[in-house]
Amino acid sequence: MYRIIIFFIFTISSGIIFAIDSEIAFDDPYLQKRYEKIISETRCVTCQNQNIKDSNAIVASDLRREIRRMIGEGFDNEEINEFLVARYGDFVLYRPRYSGKMLLFWVAPFIIFLFGSIAVVRVLRHREKLMINELTDDSEYK
Amino acid sequence: MNRYLLPLFFVVAMIPILIIGLRNDPSELPSQFIGKPAPEFRLPILTDGSQFISNHDLKGKVSLVNIWATWCEGCRVEHSFLMELSNKKTIPIYAVNWRDNRSEALKFLKELGDPYIASGFDGDGRVGIDWGVYGAPETFLIDKDGIVVYRYTGPLSRTTWEEEFVPLITKLKN
Repeated sequence: MYRIIIFFIFTISSGIIFAIDSEIAFDDPYLQKRYEKIISETRCVTCQNQNIKDSNAIVASDLRREIRRMIGEGFDNEEINEFLVARYGDFVLYRPRYSGKMLLFWVAPFIIFLFGSIAVVRVLRHREKLMINELTDDSEYK
Repeated sequence: MNRYLLPLFFVVAMIPILIIGLRNDPSELPSQFIGKPAPEFRLPILTDGSQFISNHDLKGKVSLVNIWATWCEGCRVEHSFLMELSNKKTIPIYAVNWRDNRSEALKFLKELGDPYIASGFDGDGRVGIDWGVYGAPETFLIDKDGIVVYRYTGPLSRTTWEEEFVPLITKLKN
């Protein structure tokens, strides 16, 4: 019973303690749009299936504040991404940047397909040869 | 028979990869600073705001940097073990008191004991971000050149200490 009570206390109080700072951060609508795009494409590392826009975790609110500061100070998106990746790794970005590892993931299916095709062609050629041999064998009986 | 050998080989080769995949905890993120110098920081010391702690204090010895806060349950769990490490003088423990309330943090240390050589007070979490912290408690193992060797996320215990930290520390000291 007391577990249930504790559960309810936590559920109810969590909403009170952390309210998301969802008010508009920038007067300039262009900057505000940029800010919202970045925070909706940055993963909350504490609660990993949420972006930091929707998360009320401490790290998420701290990252929102840092991103607001960086946009305000004139950093561009690439620099902000670099800031995030240097600290939390590629995983923090919902749109991973292109890198050697990423290239492998994109190219691998085509390479596997190529090997598969080569195997299929070789098997078919082999069978063809067998069939021709059988045919020639048959003809000897005549 | 021979033509089944190649596919069989591939299946057998896949088994260890799948086992590694199963054992991997995808929610556990590796620190970006392993093998790199500990991120620059300079924080006022919790117990004496006129003094500062920085990377400079970490040089010349193998040490721990523990990220803690009074609101963090895991930090209470690991506290008695940190006290034990400190009492036995196993390793110098530095700390970052992360996103906390100063008077609460002081009360916490007064009640439960202070295992730290110094706790830097990171009230706004700026140093936490620079260190790639994503939850407390976290414990970084730093070598004598100030390089991050290992990060453990979650409360320390005797078992995790002996399994994860002791082998690394033995290696660092030889």
